[in-house]
Amino acid sequence: MTTAPAATPSPTAGPSPEGAGGAGAAVAPPHTRPAARGGRPRAAGWLAVLPLLLFVAVVFGLPAVAIALGAFTTSADAPGGAQWTTANLSSSVHGAYLTALVGSVKLSALTAFIGVVLGLPLAHAVTTSRFRALREAVLAASGVLANFGGVPLAFAFVATLGNAGELTRRLHLSDHGWSLYTFSGLTLVYLYFLVPLMVLTITPALEGLRKQWREAAQNNGATTAQYWRHVALPILTPSLLGGFVLLFGSAFAAYATAAAMVGSSVPLITLQIADALSGNVLVGQGNVALALSLDMIVIAGLVMAVYVPLQRRSARWLR
Amino acid sequence: MAALTETRRRRRPQFWRGAVALIAGLYFLGPMLLSVIFTVDVPGEGLTLGAYTGIVGTEGFASSLRLTLELAAATVAAVLLLLVPALVAVRLTAPRLRALVEIVCSLPLVVPAVALTAGINSVLRWGPDHLSHTPFFQTINAIQDPGFPVVLVLAYVLMALPLAYRTLDSGLRALDLATLVEAARSCGANWPRAVVQVVLPNLRGALLNTAFLTLALVLGEFTVASILGYMPFAVWIYSIGNSQAQTSVAVSVLSLLLTWALLLILAAAGRGRPSRTPRRSAAAPAPTAQEIP
Repeated sequence: MTTAPAATPSPTAGPSPEGAGGAGAAVAPPHTRPAARGGRPRAAGWLAVLPLLLFVAVVFGLPAVAIALGAFTTSADAPGGAQWTTANLSSSVHGAYLTALVGSVKLSALTAFIGVVLGLPLAHAVTTSRFRALREAVLAASGVLANFGGVPLAFAFVATLGNAGELTRRLHLSDHGWSLYTFSGLTLVYLYFLVPLMVLTITPALEGLRKQWREAAQNNGATTAQYWRHVALPILTPSLLGGFVLLFGSAFAAYATAAAMVGSSVPLITLQIADALSGNVLVGQGNVALALSLDMIVIAGLVMAVYVPLQRRSARWLR
Repeated sequence: MAALTETRRRRRPQFWRGAVALIAGLYFLGPMLLSVIFTVDVPGEGLTLGAYTGIVGTEGFASSLRLTLELAAATVAAVLLLLVPALVAVRLTAPRLRALVEIVCSLPLVVPAVALTAGINSVLRWGPDHLSHTPFFQTINAIQDPGFPVVLVLAYVLMALPLAYRTLDSGLRALDLATLVEAARSCGANWPRAVVQVVLPNLRGALLNTAFLTLALVLGEFTVASILGYMPFAVWIYSIGNSQAQTSVAVSVLSLLLTWALLLILAAAGRGRPSRTPRRSAAAPAPTAQEIP
């Protein structure tokens, strides 16, 4: 890929030795920093980064400040106007909101766990497959499915397993007590994008497992189970934990699928926030949505704080 | 004996491999197939394509699709314009900024879309509450124009940043950027020319990847738009879900196929190249010329 532009300069190579400095630059080994040679001042680097930093500072910073301020003040329509308070935060972890928070955490933990347990064998089957085309196809499809949540996913499952869905009608699932619009129905749907996400996350780690390690274990008389227990799983543990955390975060933040599918029959924190934002709260309680958002950010922040070191650690074996 | 254990070891994996493939295939393809059946096999009407032919005539289809495509174009342009110069510059002239840029681009991961919407919603309400006598008020009104809500573009760019950063960064990592630019510079190219004619063509794969992923994000985005009360495509699908179940599932299937096609093209383009180029390295200029369109 890099050869193409390297080939193009040859016709214009003549003029370059004109300046002595230019010739020196051409001979210099590639690892010297171009900036050090005055090709372009360092300030220009800053200049190119500045729009990005400004954009994030405004578009991310303002809502973040709004959440932080709003979570600790009463809303403007409350009697007495805006005042500092911790009432929003405390009501965001009590009553119905607490139920929703717990519901979200439970759903995310359960789906992430199942996603890890199902994603690992699937990824293993894919990475060790003899058919290269199959491997490429599954990885490409995983990339698609992992990004595919939201309304179309919800409607596809409603058409399949909803009250009037094809499978429900044909197999009379309703008579056996099946309903898609429940906690377990939501779990089934979430796995549709979580399992592919796990496959994507764990595949590099599985590809990093050297064949030689397995052969070495076998030569020492280890069975397959022993190999997995003492060699492969310890190496994979950071990646598996990292995958779990990533799946948890992804399920925790999901809103569209649940909103389009179950409405508010399953208590989830994302649904509660949307509800509160649409004005379905008591007067003066508007800022509870911001307090709930703050709760979510804290949990998502914890997730990232756990995920990043785990990922660094698992990367150690992948060289 | 060795041969015996060998065959036994080989056969068992084949079995569980088949089982895994079967279950995964049923689970992942089943809902798609059954959705298609759901749309063409209407109870009481028999087989019909009415759900598909009726899509275009359904109220709101054209306007929501146009809005989504406009938002997608604006978002993709903004993401690339913000990220490409920053990442190239960081690699070339200010390596110390790299950690900062990485952190800045990963920040949106910590704020789920719903929470971001809550924040944006409350910033937008500052307008009438506190800023009504300042020029900011007009700005806040302008970005909420229902014809083209800039606020959605801003939110989408922010949400696309982490993935776009990682995609572009891995594309840049595969290049020896310093050498490329040096080669171009020593041939007499000035800085803009070196970047536009040498660096960008080499980044084409990563740029396409980023554009497609951002496009997919905007096409499917529901959370921010629905809570802020706009009607792009995903929200429209949801809104017709109650009254026209068949049509809404049909649109879901179509939008899904469209997204799939987009992302599969991208995956094929992204994956095919690195493995192919080394083999053909001797004839490198030829495939490059072919790939340009």
